[in-house]
Amino acid sequence: MLRKIVDLFTSLKLTIVCLAAGMALIFAGTLAQVHLGIHEAQQRYFQSMLVWWPAEGRGFRIPIFPGGHLIGAVLLVNLIAAHAKRFRWSWRKLGIHLTHAGLIIMLAGGLFTDLFAVESHMRLERGDTKNYSEDQQHMELAMIDTTDGDLDQVTAIPESVLKNNRTIDHWSLPFRIVVRNFYQNTRLQMLSRTSSGARPIANQGPGAMIAVEPIPRTTAQDERDVPAAAIEILPKDSGGSLGTWLVTDALGAPQGFSCGGRTWKIAMRTARYYKPYSVTLQKFTHERYAGTDIPKNFASKVTLIDPERNVSRDVLIYMNHPLRYRGETFYQAGFQPDDRATILQVVHNPSFLAPYVACIIVAAGLLVQFGIHLVGFARKRRTAMA
Amino acid sequence: MKRFLPWIVLVVMAGWIGANWMPPRVAKDDVDPSTALRAGLAKFGKLPVLVGGRAKPLDTVARNSLLIIRGKQELRLENGRTLSAIAWLTDVLFNAPVADQYPAFVVQNDQVLGLFGWEQSQRKYFSFAEFAPFLKQIEEQGDQADKLEAVQRSAYQSAILNLRNALVLYQRLKNSVQLEGSQNFAGELKTYQANVPGAANAAAQAQRGENFDRAKLNDVAELIQKYEKISEMAYILAVPSTDRSGDWHSVGDSLLHSVSTGKIHPIVLEYAQISDAYRARDLTAFNQHVDLAANWFTKEQPNASKRTSFEFLFNRLQPFSQSMAIYVLAFLLACASWLGWSRTLNRSAFYLLLLALAIHSFGLFSRMYLQERPPVTNLYSSAIFIGWGAVIVSLILERIFRDGIGAACAGAIGFVTLIIAHHLAGSGDTLEMLQAVLDTNIWLATHVVCITTGYSAMFLAGMLAIIYIVRGVFTRSLKKDTADSLARMTYGVVCFATLFSFVGTVLGGIWADQSWGRFWGWDPKENGAVLIVLWCAITLHARWGGFIRQRGLMMMAIFGNIVTSFSWFGVNMLGVGLHSYGFMQKAFPWLLGFMISQLALITIASMPLENWRSFSGATSQDRQLPGDPVAT
Repeated sequence: MLRKIVDLFTSLKLTIVCLAAGMALIFAGTLAQVHLGIHEAQQRYFQSMLVWWPAEGRGFRIPIFPGGHLIGAVLLVNLIAAHAKRFRWSWRKLGIHLTHAGLIIMLAGGLFTDLFAVESHMRLERGDTKNYSEDQQHMELAMIDTTDGDLDQVTAIPESVLKNNRTIDHWSLPFRIVVRNFYQNTRLQMLSRTSSGARPIANQGPGAMIAVEPIPRTTAQDERDVPAAAIEILPKDSGGSLGTWLVTDALGAPQGFSCGGRTWKIAMRTARYYKPYSVTLQKFTHERYAGTDIPKNFASKVTLIDPERNVSRDVLIYMNHPLRYRGETFYQAGFQPDDRATILQVVHNPSFLAPYVACIIVAAGLLVQFGIHLVGFARKRRTAMA
Repeated sequence: MKRFLPWIVLVVMAGWIGANWMPPRVAKDDVDPSTALRAGLAKFGKLPVLVGGRAKPLDTVARNSLLIIRGKQELRLENGRTLSAIAWLTDVLFNAPVADQYPAFVVQNDQVLGLFGWEQSQRKYFSFAEFAPFLKQIEEQGDQADKLEAVQRSAYQSAILNLRNALVLYQRLKNSVQLEGSQNFAGELKTYQANVPGAANAAAQAQRGENFDRAKLNDVAELIQKYEKISEMAYILAVPSTDRSGDWHSVGDSLLHSVSTGKIHPIVLEYAQISDAYRARDLTAFNQHVDLAANWFTKEQPNASKRTSFEFLFNRLQPFSQSMAIYVLAFLLACASWLGWSRTLNRSAFYLLLLALAIHSFGLFSRMYLQERPPVTNLYSSAIFIGWGAVIVSLILERIFRDGIGAACAGAIGFVTLIIAHHLAGSGDTLEMLQAVLDTNIWLATHVVCITTGYSAMFLAGMLAIIYIVRGVFTRSLKKDTADSLARMTYGVVCFATLFSFVGTVLGGIWADQSWGRFWGWDPKENGAVLIVLWCAITLHARWGGFIRQRGLMMMAIFGNIVTSFSWFGVNMLGVGLHSYGFMQKAFPWLLGFMISQLALITIASMPLENWRSFSGATSQDRQLPGDPVAT
């Protein structure tokens, strides 16, 4: 039995099956991007163990294909196992060994990146200073204690918690939060403008005057969902309810209330990652070729201030020239249509070196391997001709 | 005779090319005005202007504009006469009422024609004058279509949007140098120059609140309004700044600027003279002022002037269409060599291919010089480069095996890729400026070149396999040694493809890591590239594991054509992702047809070997396909 398993995991057939399954998956996932958008298709097809059908809905679903993580992991095991079992050192096999060692590094690095890399954005208008970046794909419910004038105490509740829990009870909050409704994507409208008998889902703040219409998730690349929730605040010391608020980042300014003798603000906003340093935008330039709209260059001149490390310097971030600082990398990713603000992509990827190393090793391996073929072929041919 | 045939074929072909390349000769005593006009227009076509961010000769502007508007680089008039692009542009610039009558716009969509109450008939070219009553309607309909994504547009919407864009471009061209319909341009400038100092003075006085001469201001007010209109409309920036800033301005901008300097730019003055002389059919004056303008550029803008002269030559030589013709001939000769006269025909094909490759290379390197870029910067140039790479590798194979197979591949792939390039050129300038993120020669030279070399090799492997299948199934010419050498070639080329596709894909990842912070983003083009790498890996492992033999290798190589064409074109048609430069609805049926034809070949290849003509009558030993024909 064990022998059979070992044979299976070291077999070349499994390699081929995995590669073929990978091709089918990538093909299907690429076509799916047309309807789902890159991000969603990536989650469903490539960053998953299994691809499910139907994808939506909580009821009946069946797995129809292995996902990217499963195929990648099996391929990785197959590679390592096959080499562990059959490894014999010989110069003739140098190319093959190098190639596969490089591939192992690449696959492992890719898996590692998928699990641990964090991507976020920093949007800066001229003169803005920020010490956090925002995750465009995830929202959070921020409960901000603003009682002390110059220091805000923030308790942030991730979107996933809101989606999956009815009641949220956190030690730092003097109240419990009950999630009455949660919608992944919505369109908001003033109640006075709707004709039908739409009813508000909140009774406090501006939410009491707004109709919330759930809509399907967006697939366009330049749009994102507008999630909304109705939350009820129940103070822990008394039994009553303070009311129900509508929270969504489409609302703009945070809403306020007081509880337990303290002043609170609530806001649904993109998830924030705070940093021990700050970035200030000095200037954003956007050049175009004369007489056209073709962009020639984007550049953001920023000041980086890190009190912990005594750093204060100006940095120019532009196309193909990112800023790398304290394990994070800032890229010139985009800009607001009227050039009012720059958008920097902030990436934390601990395994970013893996593909560089892997590429060199694999390329060297392929060169050696095919070089050996070529020399062998040429030698044979010469003897045949002679 | 047989010994000299290859040389004769080569000399004849080279002579034909040379004859095409000879400049049209104008004898000194030639009095025919149309010949003299043609020579004058040729000189005019060399003048540098800035369009689309790049300094280029007017000739290129004329060709590209006509290509956008009419789909062709020349204009056939109703009386059967053809007008070169530059002759058309000269009329558009200086003699708009005449140009408005030329049938320069192509419309084939019946619903668009129906919009104007016209029925679809034999005629598909229309003049601006015919559209003039419907401009507002076209504008509205076009704007509606413009709001949609390219993928969502119906055939009618694409067609009306194309028409609107063509009309906008045409109207901007008409008002690039002078306001359309202007008559005595040089005289007008003289008045302008004379009145500008007084007007400038009056304006300054008015600003200081002093008394000023209103009549002096009125003298130029009307002209200034005109020039503001030109400055707004101009498509062509014809006037380089005299300081060394490298900026270019439209004639209108330059004239408005004259208010503060009191001087009119010499190039503007020359254009005015050229314009007037052209309308007056005064060829001597026309030539004289074109020469003066050209001399000014040679002195003041030596770089732009040199480059545009070369580009003009490049436009005239049309190296890619010339080499296309030779590739076809070489392909036919190579195929014929399998039927008889092998050595002679083979050598003829090989010599012709060298000639075609030389011309192809000249075109490729000229483009690199003109653009100051590595060879591949857009889809058009990728087609040129894929053909070029595949031809070189095929010729190396031909040199080693000398059996006409490499030559046939070179001819076929060279021809097909150049045809594809020809059809990709419809969107205008193929030497366009690059988006900021692509503005890096290192990555263009490494990642893009590796990937496209990988495509070349994949198509070459596919082509070798097609030859194997077609010769094996339909002819008796696939002997055992031919089959073995085909298998060796295919295997070697797949290895080559694997190396370049893999390295190219990973380099792309590294570029993405440098500029966007992620090595891999599952972008459709990235996925397409990795599909090729995976398919190569499967093919090679299946071979090494003994799961496939000769025939299996061939079938897999043909499927490689499908994978590669999907990666090259298919993913661009999805309209998503960072690489989706250029959506090509029109190419979709062709792509689909190509894929189906490849599947058909694979099906044919899977027939039992008894049904292959090359194996049916042979002894059982010959029929046995060798199990492991390639060195491992």
